[in-house]
Amino acid sequence: MEVDDQKSNVKKVFLVLSGKGGVGKSSVTTQLAFALYEKGFKVGVLDVDLCGPSIPKMFNLENGIINQSETGWIPVYYDNEQRLGVISIGFLLNSKSDAVIWRGPKKNSMIKKFMTDICWGDLDYLLIDTPPGTSDEHLAVMENIKTSNYCNYSAILVTTPQNLSVNDVRREITFCRKVGIPITGIIENMSGFTCPHCKDCTYLFTKQGGKILADNSNCNFLGAIPIDPNLTQCIETGQEFLATLKDSPCYTNIKEVVDKIIE
Amino acid sequence: MSDDSNNTMSQEVPEHCPGTQSSQAGKSSACQGCPNQNICASGQANQPDPDIEVIKDHLKNIKYKILVLSGKGGVGKSTVCGQISYALAAQYESQNKQIGALDIDICGPSLPQVFGVQGEQVHQSGSGWSPIFVDENLSLMSIGFLLPSLEDAVIWRGPKKNGMIKQFLRDVDWEELEYLLVDTPPGTSDEHLSIVQYLKPAGLTGAIIVTTPQEVSLLDVRKEITFCKKVGVPIIGVVENMSGFACPKCKIESKIFPPSTGGAEKMCEEMNVTFLGKVPIDPLIGQCCDEGKSFVKEFPNSPASLAYKNIITKIEKYTELNGE
Repeated sequence: MEVDDQKSNVKKVFLVLSGKGGVGKSSVTTQLAFALYEKGFKVGVLDVDLCGPSIPKMFNLENGIINQSETGWIPVYYDNEQRLGVISIGFLLNSKSDAVIWRGPKKNSMIKKFMTDICWGDLDYLLIDTPPGTSDEHLAVMENIKTSNYCNYSAILVTTPQNLSVNDVRREITFCRKVGIPITGIIENMSGFTCPHCKDCTYLFTKQGGKILADNSNCNFLGAIPIDPNLTQCIETGQEFLATLKDSPCYTNIKEVVDKIIE
Repeated sequence: MSDDSNNTMSQEVPEHCPGTQSSQAGKSSACQGCPNQNICASGQANQPDPDIEVIKDHLKNIKYKILVLSGKGGVGKSTVCGQISYALAAQYESQNKQIGALDIDICGPSLPQVFGVQGEQVHQSGSGWSPIFVDENLSLMSIGFLLPSLEDAVIWRGPKKNGMIKQFLRDVDWEELEYLLVDTPPGTSDEHLSIVQYLKPAGLTGAIIVTTPQEVSLLDVRKEITFCKKVGVPIIGVVENMSGFACPKCKIESKIFPPSTGGAEKMCEEMNVTFLGKVPIDPLIGQCCDEGKSFVKEFPNSPASLAYKNIITKIEKYTELNGE
Protein backbone atom coordinates (compact mmCIF):
# COMPACT_ATOMS: atom_id res chain seq x y z
CA MET A 1 0.00 0.00 0.00
CA GLU A 2 1.55 3.24 -1.14
CA VAL A 3 1.54 6.32 1.05
CA ASP A 4 -0.23 9.08 -0.85
CA ASP A 5 2.43 11.50 -2.06
CA GLN A 6 0.18 14.48 -1.43
CA LYS A 7 -0.45 13.33 2.13
CA SER A 8 3.13 12.79 3.22
CA ASN A 9 6.53 13.46 1.76
CA VAL A 10 9.11 12.32 4.29
CA LYS A 11 12.78 12.70 3.39
CA LYS A 12 14.28 10.61 6.17
CA VAL A 13 12.94 8.29 8.89
CA PHE A 14 14.78 7.50 12.11
CA LEU A 15 13.47 4.60 14.17
CA VAL A 16 14.42 5.12 17.81
CA LEU A 17 14.84 1.62 19.20
CA SER A 18 16.18 -0.10 22.24
CA GLY A 19 15.50 -3.64 23.33
CA LYS A 20 15.37 -2.42 26.90
CA GLY A 21 12.63 -0.41 28.51
CA GLY A 22 13.22 2.77 30.44
CA VAL A 23 16.52 3.77 28.85
CA GLY A 24 15.07 7.04 27.61
CA LYS A 25 13.88 6.29 24.06
CA SER A 26 11.04 8.80 24.36
CA SER A 27 13.20 11.42 26.13
CA VAL A 28 15.94 11.07 23.52
CA THR A 29 13.38 11.15 20.69
CA THR A 30 11.98 14.38 22.15
CA GLN A 31 15.44 15.93 22.52
CA LEU A 32 16.42 14.95 18.97
CA ALA A 33 13.12 16.35 17.65
CA PHE A 34 13.65 19.68 19.37
CA ALA A 35 17.30 19.90 18.32
CA LEU A 36 16.33 19.27 14.68
CA TYR A 37 13.47 21.76 14.99
CA GLU A 38 15.86 24.40 16.32
CA LYS A 39 18.04 23.86 13.26
CA GLY A 40 15.08 24.86 11.11
CA PHE A 41 13.94 21.44 9.91
CA LYS A 42 10.36 20.19 9.62
CA VAL A 43 9.99 17.31 12.04
CA GLY A 44 7.36 14.67 12.74
CA VAL A 45 7.25 12.41 15.79
CA LEU A 46 5.32 9.15 15.60
CA ASP A 47 4.79 7.31 18.89
CA VAL A 48 4.03 3.62 18.26
CA ASP A 49 4.23 2.60 21.92
CA LEU A 50 0.56 1.67 22.22
CA CYS A 51 0.67 0.39 25.83
CA GLY A 52 2.83 3.14 27.28
CA PRO A 53 2.60 6.30 25.13
CA SER A 54 4.94 8.86 26.70
CA ILE A 55 5.33 11.33 23.85
CA PRO A 56 2.26 13.58 24.35
CA LYS A 57 3.38 14.42 27.89
CA MET A 58 6.93 15.21 26.80
CA PHE A 59 5.72 17.71 24.22
CA ASN A 60 3.22 19.19 26.68
CA LEU A 61 0.41 18.18 24.31
CA GLU A 62 -1.54 15.90 26.63
CA ASN A 63 -4.87 17.46 25.70
CA GLY A 64 -4.13 17.26 22.00
CA ILE A 65 -6.78 15.89 19.67
CA ILE A 66 -6.11 14.22 16.33
CA ASN A 67 -8.35 15.76 13.69
CA GLN A 68 -9.49 13.88 10.63
CA SER A 69 -9.49 15.20 7.11
CA GLU A 70 -10.70 13.56 3.90
CA THR A 71 -7.26 12.19 3.17
CA GLY A 72 -6.25 11.14 6.64
CA TRP A 73 -5.39 12.11 10.20
CA ILE A 74 -3.81 15.47 10.98
CA PRO A 75 -0.90 15.49 13.47
CA VAL A 76 -1.11 17.52 16.65
CA TYR A 77 1.27 20.43 16.22
CA TYR A 78 3.60 21.76 18.90
CA ASP A 79 4.04 25.12 17.18
CA ASN A 80 1.96 27.61 15.22
CA GLU A 81 4.18 27.32 12.16
CA GLN A 82 3.34 23.59 12.11
CA ARG A 83 6.96 22.57 11.78
CA LEU A 84 6.80 19.99 14.62
CA GLY A 85 3.91 17.51 14.49
CA VAL A 86 3.14 14.60 16.78
CA ILE A 87 1.01 11.44 16.52
CA SER A 88 0.38 9.08 19.44
CA ILE A 89 -2.34 6.75 20.68
CA GLY A 90 -2.18 8.90 23.80
CA PHE A 91 -4.30 11.44 21.94
CA LEU A 92 -7.05 8.86 21.41
CA LEU A 93 -7.48 7.79 25.04
CA ASN A 94 -10.21 9.37 27.16
CA SER A 95 -8.33 9.31 30.42
CA LYS A 96 -4.79 8.72 31.57
CA SER A 97 -5.80 5.55 33.41
CA ASP A 98 -7.24 3.98 30.26
CA ALA A 99 -5.26 0.87 29.44
CA VAL A 100 -4.75 -0.41 25.88
CA ILE A 101 -5.00 -4.14 26.48
CA TRP A 102 -4.57 -5.45 22.96
CA ARG A 103 -2.93 -8.53 21.53
CA GLY A 104 -0.66 -8.35 18.50
CA PRO A 105 -3.14 -8.26 15.58
CA LYS A 106 -5.07 -5.28 16.92
CA LYS A 107 -1.81 -3.45 17.64
CA ASN A 108 -0.67 -4.17 14.09
CA SER A 109 -3.84 -2.61 12.66
CA MET A 110 -3.37 0.59 14.63
CA ILE A 111 0.27 0.85 13.64
CA LYS A 112 -0.64 0.38 9.98
CA LYS A 113 -3.05 3.28 10.32
CA PHE A 114 -0.38 5.41 11.98
CA MET A 115 2.11 4.60 9.25
CA THR A 116 -0.19 5.11 6.26
CA ASP A 117 -3.07 7.43 7.18
CA ILE A 118 -1.31 10.48 8.61
CA CYS A 119 -1.12 13.72 6.62
CA TRP A 120 2.40 14.75 7.54
CA GLY A 121 2.86 17.02 4.52
CA ASP A 122 6.50 17.73 3.71
CA LEU A 123 8.83 16.50 6.43
CA ASP A 124 12.61 16.59 6.62
CA TYR A 125 12.69 14.04 9.44
CA LEU A 126 10.22 11.59 10.91
CA LEU A 127 11.25 10.15 14.28
CA ILE A 128 9.45 6.95 15.26
CA ASP A 129 9.48 6.26 19.01
CA THR A 130 9.01 2.56 19.72
CA PRO A 131 8.22 0.41 22.76
CA PRO A 132 10.97 -1.85 24.12
CA GLY A 133 11.41 -5.30 22.59
CA THR A 134 11.55 -7.00 19.21
CA SER A 135 7.96 -8.00 18.64
CA ASP A 136 4.67 -7.17 16.97
CA GLU A 137 5.03 -3.39 16.98
CA HIS A 138 8.52 -3.49 15.52
CA LEU A 139 7.59 -6.01 12.85
CA ALA A 140 4.48 -3.98 11.99
CA VAL A 141 6.56 -0.81 11.60
CA MET A 142 9.04 -2.60 9.35
CA GLU A 143 6.34 -4.15 7.18
CA ASN A 144 4.67 -0.82 6.67
CA ILE A 145 7.93 1.01 6.02
CA LYS A 146 8.79 -1.48 3.30
CA THR A 147 5.44 -1.24 1.56
CA SER A 148 5.16 2.53 1.80
CA ASN A 149 7.19 5.30 0.23
CA TYR A 150 9.39 5.81 3.30
CA CYS A 151 12.52 4.97 1.31
CA ASN A 152 15.22 6.45 3.48
CA TYR A 153 15.18 4.92 6.96
CA SER A 154 17.60 3.82 9.64
CA ALA A 155 17.76 3.04 13.34
CA ILE A 156 19.13 4.95 16.30
CA LEU A 157 19.61 2.66 19.27
CA VAL A 158 19.44 3.92 22.85
CA THR A 159 21.02 2.17 25.81
CA THR A 160 22.09 2.95 29.35
CA PRO A 161 25.59 1.93 30.38
CA GLN A 162 24.90 -1.23 32.40
CA ASN A 163 24.88 -4.88 31.28
CA LEU A 164 21.15 -5.38 31.81
CA SER A 165 20.54 -2.74 29.16
CA VAL A 166 23.41 -3.58 26.83
CA ASN A 167 22.30 -7.25 26.75
CA ASP A 168 18.91 -6.30 25.35
CA VAL A 169 20.25 -3.71 22.94
CA ARG A 170 22.67 -6.27 21.55
CA ARG A 171 19.59 -8.33 20.60
CA GLU A 172 18.01 -5.26 19.04
CA ILE A 173 21.08 -4.89 16.82
CA THR A 174 20.55 -8.48 15.68
CA PHE A 175 16.89 -7.66 14.99
CA CYS A 176 17.88 -4.67 12.86
CA ARG A 177 20.34 -6.69 10.85
CA LYS A 178 17.87 -9.55 10.38
CA VAL A 179 15.03 -7.39 9.11
CA GLY A 180 17.27 -5.07 7.10
CA ILE A 181 17.27 -1.78 9.01
CA PRO A 182 20.56 0.11 8.64
CA ILE A 183 21.90 1.32 11.98
CA THR A 184 22.91 4.97 12.17
CA GLY A 185 24.41 4.45 15.62
CA ILE A 186 24.10 4.00 19.36
CA ILE A 187 23.41 6.64 22.00
CA GLU A 188 24.33 5.97 25.63
CA ASN A 189 21.81 7.72 27.87
CA MET A 190 21.91 8.31 31.67
CA SER A 191 25.66 8.43 31.36
CA GLY A 192 26.68 9.91 34.68
CA PHE A 193 24.99 12.15 37.22
CA THR A 194 26.62 15.37 38.37
CA CYS A 195 25.50 16.25 41.88
CA PRO A 196 24.05 19.79 41.67
CA HIS A 197 25.39 20.53 45.15
CA CYS A 198 29.02 19.43 45.06
CA LYS A 199 29.52 18.74 41.32
CA ASP A 200 30.88 15.26 42.03
CA CYS A 201 29.98 12.89 39.19
CA THR A 202 28.58 9.44 39.99
CA TYR A 203 27.91 6.74 37.42
CA LEU A 204 24.61 5.50 38.76
CA PHE A 205 24.18 2.77 36.19
CA THR A 206 27.85 1.77 35.76
CA LYS A 207 29.69 3.25 32.79
CA GLN A 208 30.87 2.96 29.21
CA GLY A 209 28.60 0.05 28.30
CA GLY A 210 27.20 1.87 25.28
CA LYS A 211 30.59 2.74 23.83
CA ILE A 212 31.88 -0.80 24.33
CA LEU A 213 28.76 -2.25 22.70
CA ALA A 214 29.19 0.06 19.71
CA ASP A 215 32.81 -0.99 19.31
CA ASN A 216 32.05 -4.70 19.69
CA SER A 217 29.15 -4.70 17.26
CA ASN A 218 30.70 -2.49 14.62
CA CYS A 219 28.20 0.35 15.05
CA ASN A 220 28.83 4.07 15.26
CA PHE A 221 28.85 5.54 18.75
CA LEU A 222 26.78 8.72 18.46
CA GLY A 223 27.43 10.02 21.96
CA ALA A 224 26.76 9.84 25.69
CA ILE A 225 24.02 11.93 27.33
CA PRO A 226 24.24 12.63 31.08
CA ILE A 227 21.38 12.65 33.61
CA ASP A 228 20.02 16.15 34.17
CA PRO A 229 17.39 16.27 36.94
CA ASN A 230 16.20 19.66 35.63
CA LEU A 231 15.36 18.10 32.30
CA THR A 232 13.69 15.13 33.99
CA GLN A 233 11.66 17.54 36.11
CA CYS A 234 10.71 19.40 32.97
CA ILE A 235 9.51 16.24 31.22
CA GLU A 236 7.35 15.76 34.28
CA THR A 237 5.66 19.09 34.24
CA GLY A 238 5.72 19.39 30.45
CA GLN A 239 6.71 23.01 30.85
CA GLU A 240 9.29 24.82 28.82
CA PHE A 241 11.06 21.69 27.64
CA LEU A 242 12.78 23.48 24.80
CA ALA A 243 14.04 26.34 26.97
CA THR A 244 15.23 23.95 29.70
CA LEU A 245 16.88 21.72 27.12
CA LYS A 246 18.86 24.65 25.75
CA ASP A 247 20.22 25.39 29.23
CA SER A 248 20.95 21.77 30.01
CA PRO A 249 24.32 19.99 29.89
CA CYS A 250 22.47 17.46 27.71
CA TYR A 251 22.00 19.99 24.92
CA THR A 252 25.64 20.04 23.79
CA ASN A 253 25.62 16.26 23.58
CA ILE A 254 22.32 16.10 21.71
CA LYS A 255 23.44 18.73 19.22
CA GLU A 256 26.58 16.71 18.55
CA VAL A 257 24.43 13.64 17.93
CA VAL A 258 22.21 15.60 15.55
CA ASP A 259 25.25 16.86 13.63
CA LYS A 260 26.34 13.27 13.15
CA ILE A 261 22.94 11.96 12.05
CA ILE A 262 22.19 14.66 9.50
CA GLU A 263 25.50 14.15 7.69
CA MET B 1 -11.81 -7.25 27.50
CA SER B 2 -9.58 -7.86 24.52
CA ASP B 3 -9.25 -10.11 21.52
CA ASP B 4 -7.42 -13.41 21.51
CA SER B 5 -5.57 -15.01 18.64
CA ASN B 6 -3.94 -18.33 17.75
CA ASN B 7 -1.32 -19.35 15.25
CA THR B 8 -3.69 -19.82 12.33
CA MET B 9 -5.22 -16.38 12.47
CA SER B 10 -4.23 -13.41 10.34
CA GLN B 11 -2.08 -10.71 11.85
CA GLU B 12 -4.52 -7.81 11.39
CA VAL B 13 -8.09 -7.25 12.55
CA PRO B 14 -10.73 -4.64 11.73
CA GLU B 15 -10.85 -1.49 13.81
CA HIS B 16 -14.09 -2.43 15.59
CA CYS B 17 -13.35 -6.12 16.05
CA PRO B 18 -15.73 -7.35 18.76
CA GLY B 19 -13.06 -9.73 20.09
CA THR B 20 -12.71 -13.43 19.34
CA GLN B 21 -14.26 -14.36 22.70
CA SER B 22 -17.37 -12.27 22.05
CA SER B 23 -20.74 -13.81 21.17
CA GLN B 24 -20.66 -11.54 18.11
CA ALA B 25 -17.34 -12.96 16.92
CA GLY B 26 -17.50 -13.44 13.16
CA LYS B 27 -21.10 -12.23 13.06
CA SER B 28 -20.98 -8.48 13.62
CA SER B 29 -20.94 -5.98 10.74
CA ALA B 30 -17.35 -5.06 11.63
CA CYS B 31 -16.34 -8.64 10.81
CA GLN B 32 -17.15 -8.26 7.11
CA GLY B 33 -13.98 -8.60 5.11
CA CYS B 34 -11.85 -9.74 8.04
CA PRO B 35 -9.68 -12.71 6.98
CA ASN B 36 -10.48 -14.42 10.33
CA GLN B 37 -14.26 -14.14 9.96
CA ASN B 38 -14.89 -17.82 9.15
CA ILE B 39 -12.76 -19.04 12.05
CA CYS B 40 -14.58 -16.80 14.53
CA ALA B 41 -18.06 -17.58 13.17
CA SER B 42 -17.42 -21.31 13.50
CA GLY B 43 -16.68 -20.90 17.21
CA GLN B 44 -13.23 -22.46 16.90
CA ALA B 45 -11.55 -19.48 18.53
CA ASN B 46 -13.74 -19.70 21.58
CA GLN B 47 -12.92 -23.18 22.93
CA PRO B 48 -11.37 -23.36 26.43
CA ASP B 49 -7.72 -24.41 26.31
CA PRO B 50 -7.24 -27.92 27.75
CA ASP B 51 -3.78 -26.90 28.95
CA ILE B 52 -5.38 -24.71 31.61
CA GLU B 53 -6.28 -27.83 33.64
CA VAL B 54 -2.88 -29.41 32.97
CA ILE B 55 -1.14 -26.30 34.26
CA LYS B 56 -3.42 -26.08 37.30
CA ASP B 57 -2.46 -29.59 38.27
CA HIS B 58 1.22 -29.09 37.49
CA LEU B 59 1.52 -26.00 39.70
CA LYS B 60 -0.42 -27.32 42.67
CA ASN B 61 2.72 -27.63 44.82
CA ILE B 62 3.53 -23.94 44.53
CA LYS B 63 2.13 -22.11 47.55
CA TYR B 64 2.30 -18.45 46.50
CA LYS B 65 2.46 -17.19 42.91
CA ILE B 66 3.28 -13.53 42.49
CA LEU B 67 3.54 -11.44 39.31
CA VAL B 68 6.02 -8.54 39.19
CA LEU B 69 4.48 -5.99 36.84
CA SER B 70 4.92 -2.42 35.74
CA GLY B 71 3.47 -0.80 32.67
CA LYS B 72 6.67 1.15 32.25
CA GLY B 73 9.96 -0.28 31.13
CA GLY B 74 13.18 0.24 33.00
CA VAL B 75 11.71 0.90 36.44
CA GLY B 76 13.45 -2.10 37.94
CA LYS B 77 11.02 -5.03 37.65
CA SER B 78 13.82 -7.55 37.11
CA THR B 79 16.04 -5.91 39.71
CA VAL B 80 13.23 -5.86 42.31
CA CYS B 81 12.07 -9.38 41.35
CA GLY B 82 15.65 -10.63 41.61
CA GLN B 83 16.46 -8.99 44.92
CA ILE B 84 13.16 -10.08 46.50
CA SER B 85 13.80 -13.64 45.30
CA TYR B 86 17.32 -13.60 46.76
CA ALA B 87 16.05 -12.20 50.07
CA LEU B 88 13.18 -14.70 50.34
CA ALA B 89 15.56 -17.57 49.56
CA ALA B 90 17.93 -16.42 52.30
CA GLN B 91 15.02 -16.15 54.73
CA TYR B 92 13.60 -19.61 54.00
CA GLU B 93 16.89 -21.46 53.70
CA SER B 94 16.87 -22.74 57.25
CA GLN B 95 13.34 -24.10 56.78
CA ASN B 96 14.45 -25.93 53.61
CA LYS B 97 11.84 -24.09 51.59
CA GLN B 98 12.34 -23.37 47.89
CA ILE B 99 11.87 -20.14 45.96
CA GLY B 100 11.41 -20.04 42.19
CA ALA B 101 11.66 -17.23 39.64
CA LEU B 102 10.14 -17.33 36.17
CA ASP B 103 11.21 -14.82 33.53
CA ILE B 104 8.51 -14.35 30.89
CA ASP B 105 10.16 -11.36 29.22
CA ILE B 106 10.66 -13.21 25.96
CA CYS B 107 12.31 -10.35 24.03
CA GLY B 108 14.49 -9.00 26.83
CA PRO B 109 15.17 -11.74 29.41
CA SER B 110 17.11 -10.09 32.23
CA LEU B 111 16.92 -12.56 35.13
CA PRO B 112 19.81 -14.82 34.03
CA GLN B 113 22.06 -11.74 34.21
CA VAL B 114 20.62 -10.59 37.56
CA PHE B 115 21.22 -14.05 39.07
CA GLY B 116 24.64 -14.52 37.48
CA VAL B 117 23.67 -17.67 35.56
CA GLN B 118 23.87 -16.54 31.94
CA GLY B 119 24.99 -19.25 29.60
CA GLU B 120 23.58 -22.14 31.64
CA GLN B 121 21.85 -24.97 29.80
CA VAL B 122 18.39 -26.28 30.59
CA HIS B 123 18.11 -30.07 30.91
CA GLN B 124 15.07 -32.07 29.96
CA SER B 125 14.03 -35.20 31.77
CA GLY B 126 10.93 -37.38 31.96
CA SER B 127 9.39 -35.03 34.50
CA GLY B 128 9.98 -31.94 32.37
CA TRP B 129 12.48 -29.10 32.11
CA SER B 130 14.75 -28.60 35.08
CA PRO B 131 15.05 -25.00 36.21
CA ILE B 132 18.53 -23.59 36.75
CA PHE B 133 19.64 -23.44 40.36
CA VAL B 134 21.07 -20.11 41.47
CA ASP B 135 21.48 -21.14 45.11
CA GLU B 136 20.54 -24.23 47.12
CA ASN B 137 16.94 -23.12 47.41
CA LEU B 138 16.57 -20.64 44.55
CA SER B 139 15.84 -21.67 40.96
CA LEU B 140 15.12 -19.84 37.71
CA MET B 141 13.62 -20.45 34.28
CA SER B 142 14.05 -17.99 31.42
CA ILE B 143 14.08 -18.07 27.65
CA GLY B 144 17.59 -16.68 28.04
CA PHE B 145 18.75 -20.26 28.71
CA LEU B 146 17.26 -21.52 25.46
CA LEU B 147 19.05 -19.08 23.16
CA PRO B 148 22.36 -20.25 21.67
CA SER B 149 24.05 -16.87 22.01
CA LEU B 150 23.75 -13.55 23.82
CA GLU B 151 23.18 -11.79 20.51
CA ASP B 152 20.19 -13.88 19.47
CA ALA B 153 17.07 -11.81 19.08
CA VAL B 154 13.68 -13.37 19.72
CA ILE B 155 11.59 -11.82 16.98
CA TRP B 156 8.26 -13.45 17.72
CA ARG B 157 4.72 -12.24 17.37
CA GLY B 158 2.20 -12.62 20.17
CA PRO B 159 0.96 -16.18 19.52
CA LYS B 160 4.44 -17.68 19.57
CA LYS B 161 5.34 -15.82 22.77
CA ASN B 162 2.12 -17.12 24.33
CA GLY B 163 3.10 -20.66 23.35
CA MET B 164 6.43 -20.32 25.14
CA ILE B 165 4.82 -18.96 28.28
CA LYS B 166 2.40 -21.88 28.30
CA GLN B 167 5.30 -24.28 27.93
CA PHE B 168 7.10 -22.70 30.88
CA LEU B 169 4.03 -23.15 33.04
CA ARG B 170 3.27 -26.66 31.85
CA ASP B 171 6.68 -28.25 31.45
CA VAL B 172 9.07 -26.77 34.03
CA ASP B 173 9.62 -29.18 36.89
CA TRP B 174 9.56 -26.74 39.82
CA GLU B 175 8.83 -29.35 42.51
CA GLU B 176 7.53 -27.79 45.69
CA LEU B 177 7.90 -24.02 46.04
CA GLU B 178 6.99 -21.60 48.81
CA TYR B 179 7.04 -18.67 46.36
CA LEU B 180 7.14 -18.38 42.57
CA LEU B 181 7.91 -14.86 41.37
CA VAL B 182 7.16 -14.08 37.73
CA ASP B 183 9.11 -11.29 36.06
CA THR B 184 7.23 -9.72 33.14
CA PRO B 185 8.05 -7.36 30.27
CA PRO B 186 6.64 -3.83 30.37
CA GLY B 187 3.15 -3.24 28.95
CA THR B 188 -0.32 -4.71 29.01
CA SER B 189 -0.25 -7.07 26.06
CA ASP B 190 0.08 -10.69 24.95
CA GLU B 191 2.44 -11.87 27.67
CA HIS B 192 0.37 -10.31 30.44
CA LEU B 193 -2.93 -11.63 29.12
CA SER B 194 -1.46 -15.10 28.70
CA ILE B 195 0.14 -15.35 32.12
CA VAL B 196 -3.09 -14.25 33.77
CA GLN B 197 -5.15 -16.61 31.59
CA TYR B 198 -3.07 -19.62 32.62
CA LEU B 199 -2.06 -18.73 36.17
CA LYS B 200 -5.39 -17.51 37.51
CA PRO B 201 -7.09 -20.93 37.44
CA ALA B 202 -4.00 -22.34 39.18
CA GLY B 203 -4.26 -19.74 41.95
CA LEU B 204 -2.59 -16.35 41.47
CA THR B 205 -1.75 -14.79 44.84
CA GLY B 206 -1.33 -11.28 43.48
CA ALA B 207 0.81 -8.71 41.75
CA ILE B 208 3.59 -6.42 42.91
CA ILE B 209 3.72 -3.34 40.75
CA VAL B 210 7.00 -1.47 40.38
CA THR B 211 7.33 2.16 39.43
CA THR B 212 9.75 5.06 39.66
CA PRO B 213 8.52 8.29 41.29
CA GLN B 214 7.95 10.41 38.24
CA GLU B 215 4.69 11.05 36.42
CA VAL B 216 6.03 9.65 33.14
CA SER B 217 6.20 6.26 34.91
CA LEU B 218 3.01 6.64 36.90
CA LEU B 219 1.13 7.30 33.64
CA ASP B 220 1.91 3.77 32.53
CA VAL B 221 1.60 2.24 35.98
CA ARG B 222 -1.94 3.56 36.40
CA LYS B 223 -2.79 1.64 33.21
CA GLU B 224 -1.24 -1.48 34.70
CA ILE B 225 -3.38 -1.10 37.84
CA THR B 226 -6.43 -0.72 35.59
CA PHE B 227 -5.34 -3.88 33.75
CA CYS B 228 -5.08 -5.83 37.04
CA LYS B 229 -8.50 -4.67 38.16
CA LYS B 230 -10.02 -5.53 34.77
CA VAL B 231 -8.60 -9.05 34.63
CA GLY B 232 -9.13 -9.76 38.33
CA VAL B 233 -5.54 -9.93 39.59
CA PRO B 234 -5.29 -8.88 43.26
CA ILE B 235 -2.71 -6.15 43.80
CA ILE B 236 -0.38 -6.85 46.73
CA GLY B 237 1.00 -3.34 46.43
CA VAL B 238 3.25 -0.86 44.67
CA VAL B 239 7.01 -0.42 45.12
CA GLU B 240 8.53 2.96 44.33
CA ASN B 241 12.01 2.21 43.01
CA MET B 242 14.90 4.65 42.30
CA SER B 243 13.38 6.91 44.94
CA GLY B 244 16.08 9.50 45.48
CA PHE B 245 19.85 9.38 45.43
CA ALA B 246 22.20 10.39 48.24
CA CYS B 247 25.44 11.71 46.76
CA PRO B 248 28.24 9.55 48.19
CA LYS B 249 30.47 12.61 48.53
CA CYS B 250 28.31 15.32 50.08
CA LYS B 251 25.46 13.08 51.30
CA ILE B 252 22.80 15.50 50.07
CA GLU B 253 19.82 13.77 48.48
CA SER B 254 18.80 14.57 44.90
CA LYS B 255 15.49 13.49 43.42
CA ILE B 256 16.75 12.35 40.05
CA PHE B 257 13.35 11.02 39.03
CA PRO B 258 11.23 13.67 40.71
CA PRO B 259 7.83 12.78 42.20
CA SER B 260 6.27 15.84 40.61
CA THR B 261 2.73 14.55 41.09
CA GLY B 262 3.27 13.07 44.55
CA GLY B 263 5.01 9.88 43.51
CA ALA B 264 3.73 6.35 43.98
CA GLU B 265 2.38 7.00 47.46
CA LYS B 266 -0.14 9.57 46.23
CA MET B 267 -1.07 7.42 43.23
CA CYS B 268 -1.76 4.51 45.58
CA GLU B 269 -4.13 6.68 47.63
CA GLU B 270 -5.93 7.82 44.50
CA MET B 271 -6.28 4.31 43.08
CA ASN B 272 -6.92 2.58 46.41
CA VAL B 273 -3.96 0.19 46.34
CA THR B 274 -1.36 -0.56 49.04
CA PHE B 275 1.95 1.31 49.03
CA LEU B 276 4.70 -1.21 49.86
CA GLY B 277 7.60 1.21 50.19
CA LYS B 278 10.41 3.17 48.56
CA VAL B 279 13.79 1.84 47.45
CA PRO B 280 16.51 4.50 46.91
CA ILE B 281 19.04 4.50 44.06
CA ASP B 282 22.28 2.86 45.06
CA PRO B 283 24.93 2.47 42.33
CA LEU B 284 25.93 -0.79 44.01
CA ILE B 285 22.57 -2.31 43.04
CA GLY B 286 23.35 -1.83 39.36
CA GLN B 287 26.80 -3.23 39.96
CA CYS B 288 25.41 -6.31 41.72
CA CYS B 289 23.01 -6.91 38.83
CA ASP B 290 25.90 -6.61 36.39
CA GLU B 291 27.89 -9.12 38.45
CA GLY B 292 24.93 -11.42 39.15
CA LYS B 293 25.08 -11.05 42.93
CA SER B 294 22.58 -10.59 45.72
CA PHE B 295 22.65 -6.94 46.76
CA VAL B 296 20.90 -7.61 50.07
CA LYS B 297 23.53 -10.24 50.91
CA GLU B 298 26.56 -8.18 49.83
CA PHE B 299 25.39 -4.91 51.39
CA PRO B 300 22.90 -5.79 54.13
CA ASN B 301 23.13 -2.46 55.94
CA SER B 302 22.58 -0.21 52.98
CA PRO B 303 19.36 1.86 53.12
CA ALA B 304 18.19 0.06 49.99
CA SER B 305 18.62 -3.36 51.62
CA LEU B 306 16.63 -2.24 54.63
CA ALA B 307 13.94 -0.98 52.26
CA TYR B 308 13.79 -4.40 50.56
CA LYS B 309 13.49 -6.14 53.91
CA ASN B 310 10.55 -3.95 54.91
CA ILE B 311 8.86 -4.64 51.61
CA ILE B 312 9.28 -8.39 52.04
CA THR B 313 7.77 -8.24 55.52
CA LYS B 314 4.69 -6.59 54.02
CA ILE B 315 4.49 -9.16 51.21
CA GLU B 316 4.62 -12.00 53.71
CA LYS B 317 1.89 -10.41 55.82
CA TYR B 318 -0.26 -10.23 52.69
CA THR B 319 0.35 -13.82 51.67
CA GLU B 320 -0.37 -15.11 55.16
CA LEU B 321 -3.64 -13.21 55.34
CA ASN B 322 -4.83 -13.76 51.79
CA GLY B 323 -3.65 -17.30 51.38
CA GLU B 324 -3.05 -19.66 48.52
